Amino acid sequence: MDTCIEKIRTICADLLAKGEVQKVIGFAEGSIPMASRPIAVTAKADVEKLVFNSFCGLNLANYVADGLPKEGKIAVLAKGCDSRNLVTHMVENQVSRDQLYIIGIPCTGMVDKRKIAALFEDDITDFSEAGDTLTIVSPQKKETVSKKEMLRHNCRMCTHRNPVVFDVMAAEPVEEQTLDQPFADVDRIAAMDPDERWAHFQELTKNCIRCYACRNACPLCYCPTCFVDESAPQWVGKGQDKTDINTFHFLRAFHCAGRCTDCGACVEACPMGINVRDFTRKLNKDALELFGWEAGMDMEKRPPLDVYSPDDPDDFIK
Amino acid sequence: MNFITIDKKDWAGGIDKSRKTFQVFGPVQDENGCQIKPLAPDLYPLMDAGVTTVMSPKSVLFPQTEKMLTATLDASHEDHHVMKPVEKADTPRAVLGIRPYDARAIQLVKLNFDNPDYQDPYWCGACAATTFVGLGVNRPGPCDFSTSTGCGPFSEEGLDVLLADLDDRYLAKILTQKGETWAAACGFDTKADAAESQALFDILKKEAEKNITASVDTDRLSEKSLLDLHEAPFWEDVAFSCINCGTCTYVCPTCWCFDIQDETKHKTATRFRNWDTCMSPLFTHHASGHNPRESKVQRVRQRFMHKLKYFVDKYDQGIMCVGCGRCVASCPVNIDIREVCKTMNNYEKE
Repeated sequence: MDTCIEKIRTICADLLAKGEVQKVIGFAEGSIPMASRPIAVTAKADVEKLVFNSFCGLNLANYVADGLPKEGKIAVLAKGCDSRNLVTHMVENQVSRDQLYIIGIPCTGMVDKRKIAALFEDDITDFSEAGDTLTIVSPQKKETVSKKEMLRHNCRMCTHRNPVVFDVMAAEPVEEQTLDQPFADVDRIAAMDPDERWAHFQELTKNCIRCYACRNACPLCYCPTCFVDESAPQWVGKGQDKTDINTFHFLRAFHCAGRCTDCGACVEACPMGINVRDFTRKLNKDALELFGWEAGMDMEKRPPLDVYSPDDPDDFIK
Repeated sequence: MNFITIDKKDWAGGIDKSRKTFQVFGPVQDENGCQIKPLAPDLYPLMDAGVTTVMSPKSVLFPQTEKMLTATLDASHEDHHVMKPVEKADTPRAVLGIRPYDARAIQLVKLNFDNPDYQDPYWCGACAATTFVGLGVNRPGPCDFSTSTGCGPFSEEGLDVLLADLDDRYLAKILTQKGETWAAACGFDTKADAAESQALFDILKKEAEKNITASVDTDRLSEKSLLDLHEAPFWEDVAFSCINCGTCTYVCPTCWCFDIQDETKHKTATRFRNWDTCMSPLFTHHASGHNPRESKVQRVRQRFMHKLKYFVDKYDQGIMCVGCGRCVASCPVNIDIREVCKTMNNYEKE
């Protein structure tokens, strides 16, 4: 994965030089260790700024709908999950296929920064990776760890590492993972009795500061005005009341039902380390079990929540 | 200046003694990182100079949600629908283990909440009741650039006590009367030699400052034309990656903006104030529906212009940033105020 950057740069330079795309949306090197920054490259000379590493954990599908050119295309780098969110955008009419040039990146997963930070008592000052080997340095020590051991949970649970739609691939496809227990985390919460489960979710959101980084990092959350930002009338209180905080999280999760690709951008973005996926994963499981549906896999099929089907598993709708 | 030495073996006992007079706040670690919180009687502050709290201590004086006024809506009461101040007990509190840059931040926030024209009763009451016991930062992290912002790892501004961690003991420099009172309440009274102690502080300070590798130049910001900076072409690039969440403003120790909301429940109305963020479109959404900062780039520009230009021009006290690096560390898309400051400081209109 870390070797495909040269090919990505060549592809992008070529696209920009030939005028086939107006800009390329990708990742640039971060200013601190273990960070990357989404970037739009418009000049061929700037393709050197593009990087791809194990910290490109945000979802670039979030950046395509804003600033689409009136004519012509934009290119976007897409990991497996980003590509599925591009499909979701197309299915939901946010962007059309002919506006995009998709540079597919087979992905071996993104690394969990918090897990790495927990290995150290002091701040990390340097980071490098080669294949599966991550080398992390702080003033006190140097650690070498396997990337596989440090993957984010959603990346460990990912069965679509290769892009599902692309114009060009930046590398050979990678082997897909097969999982014995794809929803062990959901099952664990589902097995709790109601009080215990309520307590789990209360605990989960206790540090939420309502910065909405989870929502804003999510490619699904493109409503022109989010329900929590409505002011006439106002639906939800703005303060730190638990009910208001939970209302935000619960409703946002339901709004993602049958649409979430489990890309993990919400968790990546949360400054408070809240595993927001505890809300969305249950809905992903339901979508799969009830409707045989995984979001963003097929541009021709309508999502389960916007079609009527005589085979619907619920009787009330028939 | 008064110095005392505190054996770490006596630290917890001293804090316990002080709890009779003080509500104690301090850094605590949980699975979501380190936070400044009121400490339950069995909890002690995490006094590790290498740890930065995710959130700053500004909430001790300026809670994210604060009740201001209440009214009864029950018409059988004579004073129904009349907003009355909430009873607020500003009992003594001590915030332990805050970083020197956070103490400076409180001095900057004070310019807004406590000035000749206006004194915010909520903030001023809380500030008067609070004793700030800082801990010098022996090993500043990679995001720390506090020596560029008028403070640094052993700055004393805004603190009542500055502690230095000397492995088996703390050396405490008592800076104010409030600090004296706190030390007395803890029973910390082992005097240390003033000249020797100051020399130790000087060495620690020098060593710590050497470890700060990040710096920003702010010297030319005040001479720049406000309109040139406002119209500068770099804002689109700065703003591209921004997802317009409120993380930078909420983790910032100097961001002081708030919103006022009225809520009713049954027969009680309450007026709250909540932290607000200039990153949100709602921040400037007028009742007419017009929004003067409708686009993302306008909002990103506002945040940096406020911190690095409007504040500089209005108060002549440097930038509205203490170099704690929290926004740099927490920004989901790695927007780095140090880079933006450099760009602004170096900008020349073509």
